[in-house]
Amino acid sequence: MDNLPEISCDLLVIGSGITGMAAALFAANLGIDTVQVGRAGELGFASGFLDLLGVHPVEDGRIWDRPFDGIGALVAEHPRHPYAFLDKKDIQSALSGFVSFLAAHGLPYYTEPGKNLAMITPTGTLKTTYAVPATVQNGVRALAEKASCLVVDFHGLKGFSGRQIVETLDKTWPNLTTRRISFPDTSGELLPEHMALSLESPECRAQLAGEIAPHIHSAEYVALPAILGMYRPMAVFEDLQKQLNRPVFEIPTMPPAIGGLRIKAAFEKALPRLFVRTHYQQKITAVDKQGRNGFRFDVGRDHLRRVITAKGAILASGRFIGGGLTTDRKSVRETLFNLPVFQPVTRSEWHQKSFLDPRGHPINRFGITTDDQWRPLNNNRHPAIPGLFAAGSILAHQDWVRQKCGAGLGITTAFAAVNAFQRFISG
Amino acid sequence: MSILNTPGSCQPPIHTQVLIIGAGVTGAGLVRDLTLRGIGCILVEQKDLTAGASGANHGLLHSGARYIKSDPASAVECRKENHILKKLAPHCIDTCGGLFVAVAGDDEKYIADFPQLCAQSGISARAVDLADAREMEPALSDRLIAAYAVDDAAIDPFRLTLDNIAQAVDKGARFFRFTRVTGLTVKQSEITAVHLVDTRTGREYTVRAEIVVNAAGAWADQVAAQAGISIPMIYSKGSLLVTQSRITRRVVNRLRLATDADILVPGGTVSILGTTSVRTETPDNIYPEIEEIDHIIEEGAMMIPVLETTRYIRAYCGVRPLVGDANSGDDRKVSRGYALIDHTRDHVDNFITITGGKLTTYRFMAEKAANLVCQRLGIDPACQTCTEPLPASTDGQWTEPGLAPHQWMKQNDPTDLLLCECEMVSRHTVDQIIRNMGRLNITPTLEAIGLRSRVGKGPCQGAFCSQRLTAHLYDRGVFKKNEGIVNLHQFLSERWRGQHPLLWDVPLIQAQLQEAMHCGLFGLELNDPKGQPDKPGAGGGPSGRVNA
Ligand SMILES: Cc1cc2nc3c(=O)[nH]c(=O)nc-3n(C[C@H](O)[C@H](O)[C@H](O)COP(=O)(O)OP(=O)(O)OC[C@H]3O[C@@H](n4cnc5c(N)ncnc54)[C@H](O)[C@@H]3O)c2cc1C
Repeated sequence: MDNLPEISCDLLVIGSGITGMAAALFAANLGIDTVQVGRAGELGFASGFLDLLGVHPVEDGRIWDRPFDGIGALVAEHPRHPYAFLDKKDIQSALSGFVSFLAAHGLPYYTEPGKNLAMITPTGTLKTTYAVPATVQNGVRALAEKASCLVVDFHGLKGFSGRQIVETLDKTWPNLTTRRISFPDTSGELLPEHMALSLESPECRAQLAGEIAPHIHSAEYVALPAILGMYRPMAVFEDLQKQLNRPVFEIPTMPPAIGGLRIKAAFEKALPRLFVRTHYQQKITAVDKQGRNGFRFDVGRDHLRRVITAKGAILASGRFIGGGLTTDRKSVRETLFNLPVFQPVTRSEWHQKSFLDPRGHPINRFGITTDDQWRPLNNNRHPAIPGLFAAGSILAHQDWVRQKCGAGLGITTAFAAVNAFQRFISG
Repeated sequence: MSILNTPGSCQPPIHTQVLIIGAGVTGAGLVRDLTLRGIGCILVEQKDLTAGASGANHGLLHSGARYIKSDPASAVECRKENHILKKLAPHCIDTCGGLFVAVAGDDEKYIADFPQLCAQSGISARAVDLADAREMEPALSDRLIAAYAVDDAAIDPFRLTLDNIAQAVDKGARFFRFTRVTGLTVKQSEITAVHLVDTRTGREYTVRAEIVVNAAGAWADQVAAQAGISIPMIYSKGSLLVTQSRITRRVVNRLRLATDADILVPGGTVSILGTTSVRTETPDNIYPEIEEIDHIIEEGAMMIPVLETTRYIRAYCGVRPLVGDANSGDDRKVSRGYALIDHTRDHVDNFITITGGKLTTYRFMAEKAANLVCQRLGIDPACQTCTEPLPASTDGQWTEPGLAPHQWMKQNDPTDLLLCECEMVSRHTVDQIIRNMGRLNITPTLEAIGLRSRVGKGPCQGAFCSQRLTAHLYDRGVFKKNEGIVNLHQFLSERWRGQHPLLWDVPLIQAQLQEAMHCGLFGLELNDPKGQPDKPGAGGGPSGRVNA
């Protein structure tokens, strides 16, 4: 291992989901010398909506219009929820920092200050969220107004049916109609990613607009599955709006969806320009704690194998999907540092017997416990490893899926963990 | 087959010669047997086909060797029926053969007695050299100490049930699904009216039958109680696990006195490991419990070590009705033989119960029950099912693993999208299934389509295909209003029953993706169509089993 190429930095961000991306961004903003390692696949499962807090208590299914009120109620009842370590000002700075970064890189978001938004999903349900891509904004308005709207879907795009949306929303939004069309120059199966890339070309857009236009009739809005461009969605979106002469909006598709991929693409392009040295699609194979001098990580394989030494690290490796936590038949483990994982004794306590049990599954609240400085704790409730911080979904005592707080949790705890690291390194 | 519908509303009672309660394999075998003897029948089932033990068993066509010591009479019945079914219903059977193997530490005396006991029951058991055995089945443990080859086979209980009913219906029998028996009126030692309810519409009506046969499996005691008759019964739950791929070519049994987790049965592209024997209070609301699952894996791994690390895609459980003494300690000692009860003994002269037994001996049980029915009717037509081949209906074919992908690749039409990517079930296949169901007047719910195809049975366990299929069913005009949400709730809940004990490693990740999509994005848990917290359903449901 001695003659491997060596990279040294102050901070290693472990993970490339929304939390890892946010941590790398916030660290770069503070001028911290940062390296990021991650598998870079996780964002493919994100819808691109940024949830802050939608539901609490989950067992009652109570939906909050004002997320900060919801957070207040949540942390009063669950003082170990990660949000309990954050104040409103930090949450707001984190979110606005994240959203303005995306805006500056071609992905503006729409929010209503202090409020949650409601938007429709491909199953015809309503989703509560905090911020939506600007390409979705008209949908929020159209839904609120119950305006007449044409939902366009495509031959060959599976899992997205205009009829499903129209039928299911029948009572809530009677003014919906739908039309199935062919995507320009294609037959057979369509993937949102390919459609999005095709639409970056003006010819394809013109053809698409030509296909849609005859079906609009008196509809005030036109809705499409989220396929309006990958790298330049605003240009695609605005051009289509102009050609159709109607406000347009996107409805998210089932994963893998464009919303998350756009965020990923924006970060992958921008972070290196902020001097973050990124190593995606690389795995950390070994960690060595060298006491006060920090960490030594063995990263990658074969000719990409190298050593990264860092003064500190932010663990944003996610849960089971991201690979930060793993399970065997008996227990849950943290994969990199073998940190203690908050969990019950037996597997019989991991899940409810009913999938949609309103209480949620206990396993979703297992994870890493930290102190208020985001330092993972050992079994004696002391910081386990000097210089190590944790953020995002790997944290215990939250259920982001049911509480509808995934992106918010990732972004805000990344922000706070970076600040804690900054204090650590300078103090 | 247009007679497969529900009868008119509380009109005058419907008349029939025989009414059979329960469309498990026993009721199915009986309706065919009686119909082929020219007797008019109505078969009623409270849920769908194979909703009970017939949809939640191991799928082993026993050679009989398992019962040589504990129940020699059953052993002989199995041997005979094994032979008959292989001849008459070959399309339902994989004649893969079977092995009995012992590992170091197993009871030496039982091993030594095995060939002799088999011979006494006329069962063929051929000693296999240990090295040969491991060559035949490389997954076997290297701690093998004995091996015998027997005539075990794998049988598809769903197809078997379906084909029995299909032939009967073709020949004039009537079959009412989602029709529960709610009461039996007894007057002067006779059942004069059978009260039925259509569980989907709530409509009630009655049937007048010369003979009523109770083939309600583990619910037979509840049905008999409606006629004021008590049948002492123990419910013994058994749980099973489905592996992601087929581990052995043959059935592999542990060579020891029958106990937990000692059989691995191939089911097409998968293998099924089981089972347990756990007493339950009722035959409903049963789950494969985590402790059982772990026990099955640990025991199974002694015979076939890879069972410790292999990936499991599903667990399910069923209930064996053991008729007999509820005070016996070990349920395996209560006879697994069948119970044929002539309720003349209880002073109800036109009522018969046939329950217990095995899938393997279903035809034999049906024959015996039909003989008794004929005796009561005072007629004497000969049994046909012991010589007449069972015709294959087209309905069952999509449950066969591999058939859907084969069709899809053969036709290779680029516009025919795969709705279920794991099991390669395409839009055309689904459309064909929907059409078939339409002909039979069956509502195509996600669950019903899942029962008739391999949709949702692959590694993703329905997480993705459920929404793709739902979208497609809206496109086809099958689903209206919020039926998609209702169906997603039902389908995912039913699938979960079999997933939840197996959630570690990769399957856990799948479950997390499923929740992220269906709850995180769609908010299904907040959109309960019943307007009340999601409650677990009843019974070991039809999709409790991989129809392999
Ligand atoms: C775990 C397990 C593993 C097994 N493995 C094997 C094996 O490998 N090989 C083998 O040969 N045998 C096996 N068996 C046994 C075999 O499954 C059963 O013997 C067989 O399926 C019984 O069929 P049945 O029709 O009698 O009962 P069931 O299949 O239980 O059918 C009874 C039906 O009656 C219906 N019903 C109940 N009450 C009413 C009512 N009031 N109105 C209308 N309908 C009603 C139920 O819904 C149900 O569909 C196994 C059993 C279990 C539990």
